[in-house]
Amino acid sequence: MIAFVNALGQATLRTFTALGHAAYFFVDLVRYTPSSLRRFGLVVDQIYAIGYRSLTIILASGFAVGCVLALQMYYALVPFGAAESLGLVVNLSLVRELGPVVTALLFAGRAGTALTAEIGLMKAGEQLSAMELMAVDPRSRVLAPRFLAGIVSMPILAILYSAIGILGAWLIAVELIGVDPANFWSIMQSKVDITRDVGNGIVKSFVFGVICTGVALYQGYETQATPEGVAYATTRTVVFSSLAVLAMDFILTAMMFSTS
Amino acid sequence: MPLTLEAPPRKRPQAGLNSDSFIQIDHVTFGYDASRTILNDVSMQFARGKVTAILGGSGCGKTTLLRLIGGVYKPQKGRVIFDGAEIDTRDRDQLYAIRRRLGMLFQFGALFTDLSVYENVAFPLREHMDLSETMIRDIVLMKLNAVGLRGAAQLRISEVSGGMARRIALARAVALDPEVIMYDEPFAGLDPISMGVTANLIRRLNDTTGATSLMVSHDVQECFAIADYAYLMMPGGIVVAHGRPEELNESTDPQVRQFIRGEPDGPIKFHYPAPPFAEALGLPQ
Amino acid sequence: MAKKSTETLVGVFVLLGIIGLAFLALKAANLASFSASKTYTVRARFDNIGGLKKNAPVRSAGVSVGQVTSITLDKNTYQGLVVMKINESVQFPVDSSAKILTAGLLGDQYVGIEPGSDDKNLANGDLIKQTQSAVVLENLIGQLIFNKAADAGSSSTPAPAPGASLAPAPAAASAAVSGSRK
Repeated sequence: MIAFVNALGQATLRTFTALGHAAYFFVDLVRYTPSSLRRFGLVVDQIYAIGYRSLTIILASGFAVGCVLALQMYYALVPFGAAESLGLVVNLSLVRELGPVVTALLFAGRAGTALTAEIGLMKAGEQLSAMELMAVDPRSRVLAPRFLAGIVSMPILAILYSAIGILGAWLIAVELIGVDPANFWSIMQSKVDITRDVGNGIVKSFVFGVICTGVALYQGYETQATPEGVAYATTRTVVFSSLAVLAMDFILTAMMFSTS
Repeated sequence: MPLTLEAPPRKRPQAGLNSDSFIQIDHVTFGYDASRTILNDVSMQFARGKVTAILGGSGCGKTTLLRLIGGVYKPQKGRVIFDGAEIDTRDRDQLYAIRRRLGMLFQFGALFTDLSVYENVAFPLREHMDLSETMIRDIVLMKLNAVGLRGAAQLRISEVSGGMARRIALARAVALDPEVIMYDEPFAGLDPISMGVTANLIRRLNDTTGATSLMVSHDVQECFAIADYAYLMMPGGIVVAHGRPEELNESTDPQVRQFIRGEPDGPIKFHYPAPPFAEALGLPQ
Repeated sequence: MAKKSTETLVGVFVLLGIIGLAFLALKAANLASFSASKTYTVRARFDNIGGLKKNAPVRSAGVSVGQVTSITLDKNTYQGLVVMKINESVQFPVDSSAKILTAGLLGDQYVGIEPGSDDKNLANGDLIKQTQSAVVLENLIGQLIFNKAADAGSSSTPAPAPGASLAPAPAAASAAVSGSRK
């Protein structure tokens, strides 16, 4: 019995220590980010690796989800005689929720794991120690550019996801189902607010970018320098990022879209 | 195997005779955590301009020593003195200044995999100095030439072999002409030719630049061929002997003899502690 | 230190993002109609603002000319004070009236302005004097029942106390309505 309580206490302490460690890490990341602007070439390289390379999956997923949304929402709206509002419903679903959230989940899976593995392998190969002994702070030169690239890329990816989703929905709605194109766009335009909906969606995706990139870099930096360690770290990246994104999404949605 | 080396005259004159130890380890005790002590009251001196070897089996704290000199960790007891000043690991400016004068060759090179060979060697130049591209190019090609790899400048790191990687790492380590060069297991895993090349390079670099070289290794033959002085460490982090290679060769200490001669059994036992074999097989004692 | 090709592709990436944002803002949201033109403020007091919300449109002849910026309770008159901003390009006479109308049958509510005939126009900060409150469904139903009861009473024997039949009806009506409102 005592052993159980002891174990529980130890586990709790370990969790708090880990959280504190992670918090310090995040603060450091933010602290070094302005200096990475001086190494802008590095940031550009990372935007390519993190952002551009994710385009395929983001665009494909966005298009598919937009089409599916159109189909599903149509059947839900027809009984209410509100099929003309299809564009509006799809737009709001994408721009407010699906765009930022799904992009973040895909980003964690594709770019997040790549970051974790890369940093983990650099650590295993003593590259980070070598840099430190050459009087170059690896956090400033390796981590901060990737962090900046991540928080810049994520909103762009989320915007593209929503945009191509709307286009996909338009194709399905107008070409396949036969919804009136003029109504599709005009009802959408009258009801979607640029600051409230699009703006909040961008704020969300920015927050998710911070979360996903930060978690990925942290897991990579703290990993055990072994093959199993790196593999385990990439799994943790995806799991932690996804959970954190979904939790923050709930909080942000409640804050932003509460009826006032 | 005998190694003929040229010894060109030293460029840098030696400092005053009484303070010619550039780096000093002064009664250092260190462990990564409270349970394991890696180094136990270790004291060493590294003479300016000389090649000093640190020998010992695995687990005796040799690599940790290098990290202490680089200021990565702080010893629990004792101090590390670099060019007359004690290293304070919290003083970032001091650490920065020390590391500018330090070059380290890691065991497997630790080259930056996202850069080319050329960019790897150019890295310290770009980070610490403000030189024009032509100057950087000249220096990089000079360093690569010194290690015999000028032709490999445009290769990616994934395309070079292990031996080549280590030579490139050496070129990178000496890009800024450091006063101290540290080698972590420079001979581990190399074929005889590469070993000879590496040993030659280490000695030549030391003599031409007047740098202070520290070699951590367990290859007795190669080290003795080029070292001016050597320390022998044992697991548990203690120094059991030190002296010039000739002195160590003639030592009568059983630990020293076992290590230098490579005898399988001696003070360091062959068998991991276990109950008697007959008992394990279930036979009557 | 970035290669030329990498820089180009990153430029393409960022450009795509800007295009996407422009698409979302112009084609898919109300930015086009909500230009950053200059506006002037106009106030109006209503007995009941109904379901009018902040940022609700202000329309005249059905065309959007402005937006509601704030809705507060005027502590002196206990009326709802609606402050709205109207495009400077549209001017209304000082005797214009403001009504709270509903878009469609169950749609959102907006402020409709009917122009008056005065020569002077509303200036920044002016108050619209003539207002018509929103139609509150409960009151309407209550009035309907009251009228029906009054009709029945005037033609034959006095009807049962209107108050008694009035009381449960509005309650039932409001219960039915509040489900579909807001």
